[in-house]
Amino acid sequence: MSKKREDYEKSFWYKISSFVNDGKSFATKEIKEEKHIVEEDKSINIVPMSPWDTEEIERTGLYDSYKHWSFEGILKRAQKFYGVFSVLVCVLIIGILLFSISKLPRFGNAQNPVNNEVSRRYIEKGIEETGAVNIVTGMILDYRAFDTLGESHVLFTACIVVFILLRLDTKDQKTLEEAEADDRNFEPKNDTILQKVTRLLVPPVFIFGIYVILNGHLSPGGGFSGGAIIGAGLILYLNAFGFKKTGKFFTLRLHKIISIIALGFYSLSKSYSFFTGANHLESFIPKGTPGNILSSGLILPLNIAVGMVVACTMYGFYVMFRKGGYK
Amino acid sequence: MSFVMPVLLLFLIVCAVFVAFTQNPLSAIIIYMAFSLIMSIIWALMQSPDLAITEAAVGAGVTSILMFVALKKIHAIDVKETGEGKEDKDNE
Repeated sequence: MSKKREDYEKSFWYKISSFVNDGKSFATKEIKEEKHIVEEDKSINIVPMSPWDTEEIERTGLYDSYKHWSFEGILKRAQKFYGVFSVLVCVLIIGILLFSISKLPRFGNAQNPVNNEVSRRYIEKGIEETGAVNIVTGMILDYRAFDTLGESHVLFTACIVVFILLRLDTKDQKTLEEAEADDRNFEPKNDTILQKVTRLLVPPVFIFGIYVILNGHLSPGGGFSGGAIIGAGLILYLNAFGFKKTGKFFTLRLHKIISIIALGFYSLSKSYSFFTGANHLESFIPKGTPGNILSSGLILPLNIAVGMVVACTMYGFYVMFRKGGYK
Repeated sequence: MSFVMPVLLLFLIVCAVFVAFTQNPLSAIIIYMAFSLIMSIIWALMQSPDLAITEAAVGAGVTSILMFVALKKIHAIDVKETGEGKEDKDNE
């Protein structure tokens, strides 16, 4: 440890840290805790708890037991160097990033390598070729739809991994009951304020999400943003009313069906246009007039598909983290 | 209006520093939510409203809620410590 300053309590940093930590300085607290441990060691010769002591972890909870973990003094010795090394690494990374930024060409310069014929073509011919007024959507769902397909699958894969890791064993009645009892911690039982506010708030949230998805090719937004909004609305509804209400309309079965249909539709329709003339932008839906909602061919159905997958994934994440399974 | 952007950027830096130096995980997440919200305002001011929508929904909403649930699962949010345990649940 470094030398202790006499006027530390008057220093600027002490004031900031005490402000952040609600009147307690973490520096002084740390020192006190260390002294406490040393005294205990002398009197009772307590054996430091190991992270693999499952009984102790069950008794105190994972986070509390983590506070008292001790790797036989290795951690204590390493802590002396942690401060110095973390500052060094931070300064190094900041230096590298600032250096590379100073070498970048000026933002918005016409001579930049970004301003090549690709972006010019997207801007000039985008509406004509894709039918989407929102050029960003035209790019990600038409010119570069293959990337977006990969992104949807990344999200789907993440959802599957969370399912594998956190899903409960539905055949074991005991774990199911335990999860049910544990889940009661999260549920506010008939919280009137929350329920009233949710009743008012959730329908506009859903409508805004649907609006963002459907107008993805006309106004800012698109499948991912709208899906995230709908997912957040579902989570809010679940928090207010609990699994009994949401289980009526959103089950694991519905989740599976929506995911499979949306991803399958995306893959099939895009692979159709990829295989019939590599990146040819023809599709079986006519483009219509730019500016109408039924325009720009495949982009509208693709937006809906992406939005449904994202909404399901967000909600599925929350359910898995909270309970480990649907009703 | 030219002073708005520097103030917001300064607020971002302050939030980032305070997330690192807060001891209570709960307040760290709430500061992180504030960071995301300011970030979404900055996106909107920089004329990319689609990113602003996504940042507000994912960064400030879903991510922090998942972190709240994770903290609750490992008993880092203690009902006795915070006094009112109900407040943990309805952050949205």
